[in-house]
Amino acid sequence: MMMILGIPAPLLFGQLLLGVVNGAFYALMSLGLAIIFGMLNIVNFAHGALFMLGAFTAWGLLNYAGIGYWWALLLAPLIVGAFGVLLERLFISKLYKLDHLYGLLLTFGLALILEGLVRNYYGSSGLPYRIPSQLQGAQNLGFMIMPNYRGWVVLAAIVMCVITWLVIEKTSIGAKLRAATENAPLVQSFGINVPLMITLTYGAGVALAAFAGVLAAPIYSVNPNMGANFIIVVFAVVVIGGMGSILGSIVTGFGLGIVEGLTRVFYPEGSATVIFVVMVIVLLARPAGLFGRAH
Amino acid sequence: MRLSRRSLLGSAAGLGAAAALTVPARAQQPAIKVGVLTDMSGPYQDLAGPGSIAATQLVASEFMAANPGARVEIVSADHQNKADIAAGTARQWFDRDGVDVIIDLSNSAVALAVSGIGREKNKAVIATGAATSDISGRACNANTVHWVYDTYMLAKSTGGAMVKAGGDSWFFLTADYAFGHALERDVSDFVRNAGGRIVGSVKTPFPGTTDFSSFLIQAQASRAKVLGLANAGTDTINCIKQAKEFGVSNSMKVAGLLVFLSDVHALGLDVCQGLILSESFYWDQNDRTRAFSSRYSPRMQGKRPSMVQAGNYACVLHYLKAAKEMGYAQAKADGAATIAMMKKLPADDDCFGAGIIREDGRKIHPSYLYEVKKPSESKGAYDYYKTLASTPAEEAFRPLSAGVCSLVKT
Repeated sequence: MMMILGIPAPLLFGQLLLGVVNGAFYALMSLGLAIIFGMLNIVNFAHGALFMLGAFTAWGLLNYAGIGYWWALLLAPLIVGAFGVLLERLFISKLYKLDHLYGLLLTFGLALILEGLVRNYYGSSGLPYRIPSQLQGAQNLGFMIMPNYRGWVVLAAIVMCVITWLVIEKTSIGAKLRAATENAPLVQSFGINVPLMITLTYGAGVALAAFAGVLAAPIYSVNPNMGANFIIVVFAVVVIGGMGSILGSIVTGFGLGIVEGLTRVFYPEGSATVIFVVMVIVLLARPAGLFGRAH
Repeated sequence: MRLSRRSLLGSAAGLGAAAALTVPARAQQPAIKVGVLTDMSGPYQDLAGPGSIAATQLVASEFMAANPGARVEIVSADHQNKADIAAGTARQWFDRDGVDVIIDLSNSAVALAVSGIGREKNKAVIATGAATSDISGRACNANTVHWVYDTYMLAKSTGGAMVKAGGDSWFFLTADYAFGHALERDVSDFVRNAGGRIVGSVKTPFPGTTDFSSFLIQAQASRAKVLGLANAGTDTINCIKQAKEFGVSNSMKVAGLLVFLSDVHALGLDVCQGLILSESFYWDQNDRTRAFSSRYSPRMQGKRPSMVQAGNYACVLHYLKAAKEMGYAQAKADGAATIAMMKKLPADDDCFGAGIIREDGRKIHPSYLYEVKKPSESKGAYDYYKTLASTPAEEAFRPLSAGVCSLVKT
């Protein structure tokens, strides 16, 4: 058997592939965070809770309304996104003129409330959600068994990342949005409704989190804390990529998934820490992040 | 005192029931006050939590109906899985609120902290939800009883039996903290003693690991026959789910070293089928456990009790019998004497059958090895286990001679 650095090659390839799968979640989550931070200047600590709400909405659609996975993939982001719009209008919009810290505290509080409410009604051990029948089964790649569903997750995440990037960088809506972040009063003077645009942007960022939540539902247990486990890592990804950088969060998300996967082979105990070690190094060398622009 | 809204409502309901069932004709006995200190908001909420309070309310109302004149009151609080918060609540309950016995303690650190306070204040403490065998080992004391299960019992039942069934090479996924290490160590001993070998293990970061697929692939590459999951709660749930997804459960037998009925319920049978686990109580074990469950379920929206919840019913029943035997006022005055009386009286209840409490405080009863049914074998919700083997009470737990409890005179 071929060996690379004392590890059997098939095992290493398997871990690389799994790293890409996990990276897909990191990319999707940090993309939403980056959009919200880049456009609204809000550090959205509720992102993990909204990811969890996406998974619970998918579960609820199935169990209360009989609506399956594919429709949930469309409906859950819309429902949770609408909820995000409500949050933005009621609470977050009051904080734009204040320091970052207030937004952080508000969204952190919102996350605790949302998680507490869900825990109160559904308990803490989680709810089962099945992999849709079309995506059950697995491919034997020779060096490992690759479940079909994991492949779909990577595909869906990449497509979603590309669409988001195209909308922001190549369409006129994206151009206006970027202009509004640079100089809101000027853009408003052209007759563009900036507050509405900001609200919808927050809704879109939240919808991305909910989309990731639906993708995660069949893999992880649908439980109230599923987002809390994710959010800290995802924040590290955003910081490493450069706060607010769209491309940065996508590339870093996949990259760190791979780094984490490799750590799991060579030093498993360190796999929860490695991302933060990378973060420290990146912040020391490039304080604005890998893709960030220093102001 | 930290009380959640639900636990307040729960205790209020319990007090209401207590008041309604008290028969005023007899002479008023002093009320026995039971404190249920449980996890109302964390990972063990479903295996203990509100169900633990419901089981305690059930036994209180049954005991008062059978013994006119007896009075039992229940209070409850959330220990939040924090030993310092649990210790604060326990002190307040003992010092100010007149609580006589604290039960549940579904977290080893919490149980060890409260056990020490019970000793200090000469009250009674009964751990039903805690895993560490130290409660009846080096940390034992004359005021504490350990009911239901412990790490030794789980290791012996699951570890020993799997080797006998041909699972002679093991790979562990171990939660990287004290509980996981202890469980892996105990199971490894049994596997080696039974002639098996340990092929490898990975320590998975705790908390914060949600994706176990990398570790599962490593386990699979080891070609071991058994995958031992030395973790608990959502870690175990995620491991089992992902082992199924990556086909690991086709090539290896998965042994959950600490799995509760509520975990299986959360996962569903299509994911859990074939899983091997040990418990000391399953609601569908025999006529008596079924009878208990049918009294419990209506109080919990049809949910079936976990072994911890059943343990709270059984231990409070035995405590109340001991208190009745020695006189309620005497039981309230001297916790150690009440525990001594509990050790003297033979225990018998619907959940665990006949058993005794040893001098080190360990309640002994049989343990069972179960396999989770296939969806086609199950007749409906909560019909989950089939019994593979049972270990008699005398052999299920660590022998008195092997422990290091100071109460045991050698």
